[in-house]
Amino acid sequence: NKAGGLIYQLDHYAPRADTEKTFSFPLDLVLRPHDERVVVAFGQRDGIRVGHAVLAINGAEVNGRFTADGKDVLEFLGNPANYPVSIRFGRHRLSSNEKLMLASMFHSLFAIGSQLSPEVGSSGIEMLETDTFKLHCFQTLTGIKFMVLADPRQTGIDALLRKIYEIYSDFALKNPFYSLEMPIRCELFDQNLKLALEVAEKAGPFGPGS
Amino acid sequence: MSRSPGRKQENHKISRELFVLTYGALVAQLCKDYEKDEDVNACLDRMGYSIGIRLIDDFLARSAVKKCRSYSETADMIAQVAFKMYLGVTPSVSCNSATGNEFSLILDKNPLVDFVEELPAERASLCYCNLLCGVIRGALEMVHLAAEVSFLQDRLKGDAVTEIGITFLRKPEDRKHRR
Repeated sequence: NKAGGLIYQLDHYAPRADTEKTFSFPLDLVLRPHDERVVVAFGQRDGIRVGHAVLAINGAEVNGRFTADGKDVLEFLGNPANYPVSIRFGRHRLSSNEKLMLASMFHSLFAIGSQLSPEVGSSGIEMLETDTFKLHCFQTLTGIKFMVLADPRQTGIDALLRKIYEIYSDFALKNPFYSLEMPIRCELFDQNLKLALEVAEKAGPFGPGS
Repeated sequence: MSRSPGRKQENHKISRELFVLTYGALVAQLCKDYEKDEDVNACLDRMGYSIGIRLIDDFLARSAVKKCRSYSETADMIAQVAFKMYLGVTPSVSCNSATGNEFSLILDKNPLVDFVEELPAERASLCYCNLLCGVIRGALEMVHLAAEVSFLQDRLKGDAVTEIGITFLRKPEDRKHRR
């Protein structure tokens, strides 16, 4: 929204592959704590990659750095008596709080982007490119920002952003029970957005561009 | 009114008569609810405002117009693109002041008053189409342009033409936004 608060987010991708394996002592992966999680630092193998977090031990989901029954994960895995043990690794999904924070941060960076420009009247950040994804951002003249994180090879994102703007102006704004600037909880908005994303995906990297 | 072509949804039109009748019923009900003309006018303006703040994004999304760089470009945009898109009429624009921030939209045809000849005697200062003023004001505010919008002349009150006056209030900042 105009103040930089995240009012809607949708994860639209194929489910991430988690890997579950049984291990015997000693563990050949190097684990370390990171933020509130235990992640793989070294020893990548068999689909378990550096950066993957420990998601579950023996079928029970871990709670941050502690097992379901309150023991410290690293201590638990350091004790040979607990082996063999089955551990599930995977990429940690961002919580909604984390997403809110990241969105606000991007809102500020967006503004800084336009101020840094040597040209007058420059736009904010329109695209952020990394080796694994591209972030596209479109700001309307009313101050609403739409962001799409996509595969770097995906084309047609500009057209998709404009389509999302249309969907927003139809199913969110024209809903009399939706208050401006608040989180969007409109069924029709969700449905139409998913449809538009599917259409854009089918077009694919080889499809028509914007 | 129908949606612009190229949309995948059903392209059904709603009859103009229904829209004009609905508007008329709205004004009539407000006249029953409020005794004073000023109250009815204020209510219409508020309703128009809440329409305008939402309609602006629909306008921008569908027309894909670029930023206006001056007040006169903005006034032209309102008259030639927005009025055309939503009401099917194109008012003419004239600039009223030397300072360049007062404009008039002169409406030849106004679909809202299709079935109204003149105002009743006891409602002499009613601005029948005040909803439009609210819409314009709300829409402009969402693109960071403060303006006062009101009817300067009204055929329903016996004037020769119907004229909407737009007075832009603040000095523009570095980036000029548009409606």
